[in-house]
Amino acid sequence: MNPETKKTLVEPLVDQNPITLQILGICSALAVTTSVKTALLMSVALTVVTAFSSASISSVRHHIPGSIRIIVQMTIIASLVIVVDQLLKAFAYDTSKQLSVFVGLIITNCIVMGRAEAYAMKNGVKDSFIDGLGNGMGYSLILIIVAVFRELLGAGSLLGYKIFPLTTDGGWYQSNGMMLLPPSAFFIIGLLIWAVRTWKPEQNEEPDFKIHESHVHGSAEVH
Amino acid sequence: MEDLLSLAIKAIFVENLALAFFLGMCTFLALSKKIETAIGLGIAVAVVQAITVPVNNLILNYLLKENALLQGVDLTFLGLISYIGVIAAMVQILEMVLDKYLPSLYNALGVFLPLITVNCAILGGSLFMVERDYSFAESAVYGISSGLGWALAIVALAGVREKLKYSDVPKGLQGLGITFITVGLMSMGFMAFSGIQL
Repeated sequence: MNPETKKTLVEPLVDQNPITLQILGICSALAVTTSVKTALLMSVALTVVTAFSSASISSVRHHIPGSIRIIVQMTIIASLVIVVDQLLKAFAYDTSKQLSVFVGLIITNCIVMGRAEAYAMKNGVKDSFIDGLGNGMGYSLILIIVAVFRELLGAGSLLGYKIFPLTTDGGWYQSNGMMLLPPSAFFIIGLLIWAVRTWKPEQNEEPDFKIHESHVHGSAEVH
Repeated sequence: MEDLLSLAIKAIFVENLALAFFLGMCTFLALSKKIETAIGLGIAVAVVQAITVPVNNLILNYLLKENALLQGVDLTFLGLISYIGVIAAMVQILEMVLDKYLPSLYNALGVFLPLITVNCAILGGSLFMVERDYSFAESAVYGISSGLGWALAIVALAGVREKLKYSDVPKGLQGLGITFITVGLMSMGFMAFSGIQL
């Protein structure tokens, strides 16, 4: 694999992660992370849709008039999502019920639209496919990390297998029901962003207001 | 009537689209820095939601459902593409109507109106309507109240964030990180409403 292609593929994982840096596609990222299984299925669905929509949009990019490009992109994405939705219903019916409306919501997932608009409209088919794949994987990475935390701490299991025996079954682990509720998803992503930005300080945001040093340390000096 | 009232309360507080289902998060986080923009966006979402959910309900019942259009034809798999089409068309029409008759509101909403097409809260509202099998009256009430709930959440978050920018937040948590924690706390607060019985 040549270095340029590798960069397109690997960069969205941490350095340009769609969720923690670009704030894209959070809509569905949080709701499906109560168990690893749904998170995995959602990740695969989104990665497939992003990769193929980027590739197909890129292949027709010279023929789309600028004024109606959003509609064209939307139609391509919606058709791909319908295919994925029907496939899931046919082969993984129970999990697709758990994902409920969130498979359909891939249509409005900003990652798909964002990559189509920002990358696929300007680059070749192969590069766009790789870019879609990379961004889908960046999204999947965060989704799976969050899901592992939530399922392990909330239900003491991973992918349905018991890891921590629960007190209700005579084990030692008292499950934390809060992890299965919506607020915990926000906390975990917030803390994850903190962790990533401590690791990669260049992703820090500039504060709107600087707090004067003397106030921070509580000294009584008057300036 | 009581059913509809309890549905409305449920959609605004208990099952808040933003705080319980994480819908419309991208715009929710990106555009909640100032109260004024939050109010503008909130109103726009509430209006579009109130129109599109009942319209999509009609589309579903009179065009797509099994035996609705032609005997023995089930078009529900075309649902996703028709709902997004309806939403895009409605936003466009609303934009033209506002531009003609209420230019002040049109200018206030500005760039947010076209953005609403890709707001997951709108499509999510329609998909929940399909999944829960609402009647026309129910979907009208659900559309209005879920949009209001979303507007309420974004205005509340903007209020918190306006104060938050003066506080001393750890470096890596600044901006996006602390916003997530705040939204988490708000979502915990809204969970208190889940005890409401009507």
